[in-house]
Amino acid sequence: MIKTDALIIGAGPTGLFTAHQLKLIGLSCEIVDNLDKIGGQCIELYPDKPIYDIPAVPECTGEELTNNLINQIKAFNIPIHLNERVDEVKKENDSWLVKTNAGKNFSTPNVIIAGGVGSFEPRKFAPKECEKFENQSILYSIKDKKIFEGKTVSIFGGGDSALDWAVELSKNSKVNLIHRRDDFRGAQSTVDKVNELAKAGTINLYTKYQLANANGKNNLESIDIKHDDGKIKNIKTDFALGFFGLIMQLGPIANWGLNIDKKTVEVDTEKFETNQKGIYAVGDICNYPGKLKLILSGFHEGALAARACFKLARPDEKYRFEFTTSSKAIKNRLGVKE
Amino acid sequence: MAKITYNTHDSKTYTIDVQNGLTVMEGAVQNDIPGIDADCGGGMACATCHVYVNEEWKDKLPAKEDGEEDMLDMAFEPKQNSRLSCQLIVADELDGLIVNIPSKQA
Repeated sequence: MIKTDALIIGAGPTGLFTAHQLKLIGLSCEIVDNLDKIGGQCIELYPDKPIYDIPAVPECTGEELTNNLINQIKAFNIPIHLNERVDEVKKENDSWLVKTNAGKNFSTPNVIIAGGVGSFEPRKFAPKECEKFENQSILYSIKDKKIFEGKTVSIFGGGDSALDWAVELSKNSKVNLIHRRDDFRGAQSTVDKVNELAKAGTINLYTKYQLANANGKNNLESIDIKHDDGKIKNIKTDFALGFFGLIMQLGPIANWGLNIDKKTVEVDTEKFETNQKGIYAVGDICNYPGKLKLILSGFHEGALAARACFKLARPDEKYRFEFTTSSKAIKNRLGVKE
Repeated sequence: MAKITYNTHDSKTYTIDVQNGLTVMEGAVQNDIPGIDADCGGGMACATCHVYVNEEWKDKLPAKEDGEEDMLDMAFEPKQNSRLSCQLIVADELDGLIVNIPSKQA
């Protein structure tokens, strides 16, 4: 059981800056995120897109913003638990008992949800029949590439994941690459490589096709793909892999007894507390009159939620407001030498 | 101001006056029309405001930017007449536009 003053769910910009604010006022905190990397939507959705509305930063990309935020909290050595989804939040006496899907348990008076629009899950194939083969012969991510050796693999998608895997798996498997249009959005060098392999007959390329059906008894035996002109082609295949990016799902948050409206959590604007004492929501996932889904709003919300956490984490102490420019205590926490 | 008609997959029809400058996505969200999620809030980063525009409108609308076509790769059952409604900015010329909302956004 890990004891902490506050547990933050979500390692996006809001979660990272909320952690900064908690540590600055002398509280301990840990962060849990479902993704395999830090940065949330900034890293997952737009790492290369420039952002122009971060105060005092005229222009930066999602990746740069994330790296700066990581730098800003570096001195605090905050434990960040990646690849873990918080599945359960339960009241136990005066604390919240938080469980992740990897079996970690946290006990904390404060849970701060900085979960963006929920957790990222892979987008799936449209035909209903695909569900029956999911995790067996229809996959949305690759854990062990050895299972494809000597088999026929049909890869769907036009981005880097689809193209990279098509190139990689074509070394030891028969690969079909299927995409809904002629253009690919992956890196040009990979697109060139795919075209080269297609010319050589190593990869079978099907463009302007989409998956129409999946056939087979227990295991996948063949797929039907449909051309833009309506014609259907049947291809024998052992596996179908879909790389359509990730989608945000609210996920388990829906079960924690919070007031939820249109995938967002209702909070007050003093503490950014939900209808449950000691559970806060900040950033894109919170909702209140006038809410703006901007990164800068997330920073403000996190700063106020952090002060609210102080009352529950240190019930016998009085919180004293201090500036970073003048406070010795804060400078000590930051490890700044004077 | 333009009249925009939104048809849901379960055959409900909503016709709304949408102000110029708003997007077709915002017109739906602000009027609680179901089926357009717009998770990213209009940043062309999620493909959950996907609509099918009526055939007669397909060529009348401003052309897609590259980024829109890229995002449509990820949409649920994209077709030739697929658009991201966050990229359709309402203007007088769009008066009478009909969009059909898919059964799911993901």
